[in-house]
Amino acid sequence: MVNILWSLLIIIGIVYSFVSGQITNINDYILKIGSSTLELLMITIPLLIMWMGLLNIADKTGLLAMLSKKIRIILKPLFPKIKNNKALDYIASNVIANMFGLGSAATPFGLKAMEELQKENNNKEIASSSMITFLVLNTSGVTIIPTTVISLRMMYGSINPSQIIITSLIATIIASTIGLLIDYVIRRINNDN
Amino acid sequence: MIINQLIIPLLVVIIIGFGLLKGHDIYNLFIEGCKDGINIAIKIIPPYFAMIFAINIFNGSGIINCIINQLAFLPKSIRLVIPMALIRPISGTASLAVLNQILSYYGPDSLVGNIASTIQGCTDTTFYVLALYFSSVRIKKTRYALAVGLLADLAGVITAIIVVYLFLN
Repeated sequence: MVNILWSLLIIIGIVYSFVSGQITNINDYILKIGSSTLELLMITIPLLIMWMGLLNIADKTGLLAMLSKKIRIILKPLFPKIKNNKALDYIASNVIANMFGLGSAATPFGLKAMEELQKENNNKEIASSSMITFLVLNTSGVTIIPTTVISLRMMYGSINPSQIIITSLIATIIASTIGLLIDYVIRRINNDN
Repeated sequence: MIINQLIIPLLVVIIIGFGLLKGHDIYNLFIEGCKDGINIAIKIIPPYFAMIFAINIFNGSGIINCIINQLAFLPKSIRLVIPMALIRPISGTASLAVLNQILSYYGPDSLVGNIASTIQGCTDTTFYVLALYFSSVRIKKTRYALAVGLLADLAGVITAIIVVYLFLN
């Protein structure tokens, strides 16, 4: 599916720019791919490495397990198949980091969680149901304070920039609930609990 | 806003302080973690690259503006929100650009402004996250993951429109 979407993005983009006579734009974009990727990597990779360093301290000193203990109890029923507590710790930390809008910290937790889930996965090339549940939880992401949006609204002179916090929270909770429900139904149909 | 800026420094102090109190060799633990981080980085650079490549081409073609123009028959509150909802799962930067347009045209406190802000705040870049996370552990078959992720996003968008109509209209 990623395969198809990825190709579609590229083909639609190039064909449309042919049709609309903007092929020079695309030519520039393709040639600039190296530098624009590098720019993004220069920001994200050092942050990832730093968080992984701190994460390792929190992990080995027992702080991570302590902090995620409470959330683990809530998460456990969502992941009936996970035997490995470490995976649940990372999932819990990923969810917490996302809640507070700490995207840069959430990614390393999430990647570690995937690593742990992959250890329990029977077929290493096919996504396990626990992985899918985790990603549904992650992408419908419960964010308490959408900081970027609030600062954009401030920039455009909103009278009440933070009035969208409540509406976002309601929408995000409903999105997560519906996502998890669909996921649960599919797991039941597949007998994959 | 101040609280936001306190979270990360506090977190760093807590992690390091806790380790020190417990008498661990935190310096070496940090180094060890960084090594792990570099290994993860090497694994995610290729999918990252692939993602940016496709998204740059898609954004650069100007197709998003074309879609907005084609929807002229719809009420403007929905016309601008649709492309935003379409682009949100693919690229955070691109949907922020559309949000920017909406906020500057109609103002942040307009109906459209509120709906678009809520959509940006309530969903994530599903397509991108899936590609990154799955390829970091070399999963090739993602089964129903994308479908469920996108359905959850759709639920978020619909709820965003309804909730803003009810509470912020």
